[in-house]
Amino acid sequence: MEVILQNLTKKFPNHDKKKTEDVIAVNDFTFEIPDGKLIGLLGPSGCGKSTTLNLISGLLEPTSGKIFFGKEDVTDLPPENRGIGLVFQNYALYPHMTVRQNILFPLQNLKGKDKLSKAEMLAKAQEAAKLVQIDDLMDRKPGELSGGQQQRVAIARALVKMPRVLLLDEPLSNLDARLRLQTREEIRRIQRETKITTIFVTHDQEEAMSISDMIVVMKSGVVQQIGKPQDVYDSPENLFVAKFLGNPPINVFAGQIKDQLLYIGENAVMRVNDVADQEVYVGIRPEGFILEENGPFVCELSGVEVMGRDVSVVCRSSASLNPTVRAIISAENREKVKGAQVHFALVSRKVFVFNKETEARIAIEGTAL
Amino acid sequence: MIKKLRQSGWKGWLYLLPALLFLGVFMVYPLIDVFVYSFEEGYNSASQTYQGIGLYNYSYVLHDPYFLQAVKNTFILVIITVPLSTLIALFISVALSSIKALRNLFQTIYFLPYVTNTLAVGLVFMILFKKTAYSDGLINLLINWFGGSSVDFIDGPYWAKMFVLCFYTIWVVMPFKILILTSALASVNQSYYDAAKVDGASNFRIFTRITLPMISPMIFYLVITGFIGAFKAYSDAVALFGTDLNAAGMNTIVGYVYDMLYGNSGGYPSYASAAAIILFAIVLTITTINLLISKKNVHY
Repeated sequence: MEVILQNLTKKFPNHDKKKTEDVIAVNDFTFEIPDGKLIGLLGPSGCGKSTTLNLISGLLEPTSGKIFFGKEDVTDLPPENRGIGLVFQNYALYPHMTVRQNILFPLQNLKGKDKLSKAEMLAKAQEAAKLVQIDDLMDRKPGELSGGQQQRVAIARALVKMPRVLLLDEPLSNLDARLRLQTREEIRRIQRETKITTIFVTHDQEEAMSISDMIVVMKSGVVQQIGKPQDVYDSPENLFVAKFLGNPPINVFAGQIKDQLLYIGENAVMRVNDVADQEVYVGIRPEGFILEENGPFVCELSGVEVMGRDVSVVCRSSASLNPTVRAIISAENREKVKGAQVHFALVSRKVFVFNKETEARIAIEGTAL
Repeated sequence: MIKKLRQSGWKGWLYLLPALLFLGVFMVYPLIDVFVYSFEEGYNSASQTYQGIGLYNYSYVLHDPYFLQAVKNTFILVIITVPLSTLIALFISVALSSIKALRNLFQTIYFLPYVTNTLAVGLVFMILFKKTAYSDGLINLLINWFGGSSVDFIDGPYWAKMFVLCFYTIWVVMPFKILILTSALASVNQSYYDAAKVDGASNFRIFTRITLPMISPMIFYLVITGFIGAFKAYSDAVALFGTDLNAAGMNTIVGYVYDMLYGNSGGYPSYASAAAIILFAIVLTITTINLLISKKNVHY
């Protein structure tokens, strides 16, 4: 089922009495989610991603704009008639019911021609439980389950009605790191098996990058960029997206373009063609640095961190907007890092230039010096 | 480790000592004392003497028509007021938590009787119900207006007096129950309701399958304390019918105990003790049954 959002806007009245204008949680969101894909809504807290999810679920009504599931306009439909499954951040499992009763609950609410016999309901519940591999826990209460198991029960409850769209609100935020890795693979597998269009919300870019077919990066209610995770990472449209994606985060410097040369601080680091002279921000991914004795980029070495297969060179540069600059180099070059200063050559496709005022990306064709 | 535990255990008792001392002197000792008196025939508290030991006190009390009347009154009061007040309080609380406008105002209004003196409320009920030389009371005015004939609620037939007593008791215990239930309702996480809504549950089903089970611990708490409170009713009856409750036929068990100790026909601590022990046994039995039922039906 495609999900189409048309100019979706949600405003909340301002609780601060001194300010009269509304808080705009989601601003003019237009996007067509293709059928059967896994979409990650990504952004820092307060960016409107959960509000967007609640608008799609019908728990909130949009101030303006429309939502379509396929050709059907669902904007005015209440949640129960939209055919959605929703997994809450805290799972919202009914604590007084067993796992089986929890999964059966949505089926027992069916009315009219959709009404199922008891045996059919039990069979469907069993099937959903099997899909998320909790069929041996059916008689437990949620309080007797681990966080990961509760999460699976919540997914089973959302899936048992075979929803047209599955919505997950921060599905992994209550799990520990190891379980998170495991569960996100699990979500991917379940989504592939059921082929249900799935939208999930997260503030963790790694989570979104790893399992989504497409990601939507949001900031203060406004969509910043939509695309395949790797495309968004490789070609961010503005400074916010560049900073938000990637771990370790991108290094940002104050720089300028003068006479077809890109400067960071005093040093010309790259040749750029056909760009007007101006002040810019320069973003360089940590993997965009290559150790080179006469490289154009220079910084003061402050330490080397070895993390398994990666070696991070941590150094300082007066032009950097972050306190430290972090470069990732391969482990065999570890020995070459010494002395007070380190020189790097830059990988031109890992270097992004942004307009100083608008923070929008400036397309450059860089060539190394 | 074990040694440490033993040491701290010893210290623990020391910290508990003040509480234990007070409970012992003012709760446990009197309880045992009352238990002992209830078997001592003709105990005299002034001379500290008694004539014999046996079950005579119990036999006397259980054959006393005033006591039997008091037991009957108390049971009727308990059976009517506890379920009714809890149900009405639940209804009002649900209504209160589903409105937005003026909620605080209504909450305050419903809570007012709680901070009002029992006797003052009694006075208001007198005005509502009592027949005097000048007026038949507000309720009778209404009854007349609808075409009925006046009923004497305070000195009239038994059912009328019982009606007023139950009405009064429900009125007095309601605010506390509403307070507890509104906060219990407010503490149910909104996401359960959202989840139920997404799952397509009707409002009635949400109430019976989600809300009620979630607040069931509080409901049982109210039922148990309600039973205990209603069994110990006394001041309510006094506020309405005056101190000579036996004459009015509206005595309660606690009232009977009081009368046996200090009333006009008082001065019989042995009978009072026997009646008090019988009340204790009744309350203990009912509370135990309540707890057994609640264990089966309260879900966490």
